[in-house]
Amino acid sequence: MTELEVTGLSCRRGGRPVVRNIAFTLARGELLALTGRNGSGKTTLLRALALLVTADAGVIRWRGADVRYDRDGWHRQIAWLGHLDGLKGDLTVAENLATACRLREAPATRVADAVAAFDLIPLANRAVRTLSAGQRRRAALARVVAAGAPLWLLDEPLNALDAPSQAALRTTLGKHLAAGGLAIAATHAPLDIPNVRILELGP
Amino acid sequence: MTGFGALLARDLRLVWRRPGDVMVVLAFFVVATVLFPLGIGPETNLLARIAAGILWCAALFAALLSLERLFAADYEDGALDLLLLAPWPLELAALAKCLAHWIVTGLPLALLAPLMGLLFGLSGDGLLAVGLTLLVGTPALSLIGGLAAALTLGARRGGALLALLALPLCVPTLIFGAGAVEVVAIGEGFLTHLAILGALALLSLATLPWAIAAALRQAGE
Repeated sequence: MTELEVTGLSCRRGGRPVVRNIAFTLARGELLALTGRNGSGKTTLLRALALLVTADAGVIRWRGADVRYDRDGWHRQIAWLGHLDGLKGDLTVAENLATACRLREAPATRVADAVAAFDLIPLANRAVRTLSAGQRRRAALARVVAAGAPLWLLDEPLNALDAPSQAALRTTLGKHLAAGGLAIAATHAPLDIPNVRILELGP
Repeated sequence: MTGFGALLARDLRLVWRRPGDVMVVLAFFVVATVLFPLGIGPETNLLARIAAGILWCAALFAALLSLERLFAADYEDGALDLLLLAPWPLELAALAKCLAHWIVTGLPLALLAPLMGLLFGLSGDGLLAVGLTLLVGTPALSLIGGLAAALTLGARRGGALLALLALPLCVPTLIFGAGAVEVVAIGEGFLTHLAILGALALLSLATLPWAIAAALRQAGE
């Protein structure tokens, strides 16, 4: 069942077209990997999908409806992992996750599961600024899981993660897809997840 | 409103974790006001006459000092994207940030200013006027400064640019704030001034959150 349908999406950065006429559909349980060289527009495409960047042309439909007409409703469907972690250094991991849920006006019922999934239990009460880059990335991924949204938009989710954490991400992503979730990930490294679809961005 | 409350609580908690940031602002206010009697000398009459202007200007500069970080911290750590992606109006988020700024800056300045007024030999009514006008006037300063902070996000030398943008817009508030103490000095009531300050604050409240939200969306692009 197709949930997300993108047609003719184009975006500019600094006057230069970086995303040209992108079209794809995504059904429940599917993962789309965006690949391409540096500067090929992976991040811009993700930001355009989240309506953080205004697209020049194109339509994004979620369950048949154009998302621009219901911004808040669309944002409820998205969990976002940017190239910045979006965590507050002076708050603990647990506080960061709980705050992120409250900012989404979503219940914080998944926080405990998310913390366990990325092996963050020993770090839960440490201030984020004392964590390493990889630990911070894990906390940011846990925030995505805790959001409980159907569509995950992930920008370089494997960045800074060690092998066990990458495995934890694969397991969690697999569970999310098996439960009927969707995900779009911009990535250099192969995700090693069965049935991943690949969208190669040029040039 | 749960998102609004969550953002307000988060910002207040962040300040609580780093009280130094607020203390520096208040210390700046105290030091700046104390310099004037030292520079002008023990001319009690002159000092009492210009006290309100000095206290208001110092409060304005102190508030500006802390505004530079209002959105910059969220911009740098990626939390701004999460606010842009929150499923409730960004205008409310802008308002929550400005309210948090007022609680930790405007409110303490309004409480501190009458104490500093004692140094200038202000009368009892004058002290009351300084405190009340700052209490009613500083919300407008937080909102105007919030707009300047949002507009200068990502700019180099953002601090100087912020002051350049915000200070002219703060002039009406400054005039009626300092003016209230002067009419008290000639024995009249300052209720009119207070009402105008309240009107300026409400005008800012009714318009600026939209402008701040638009500037934040632009910064997120």
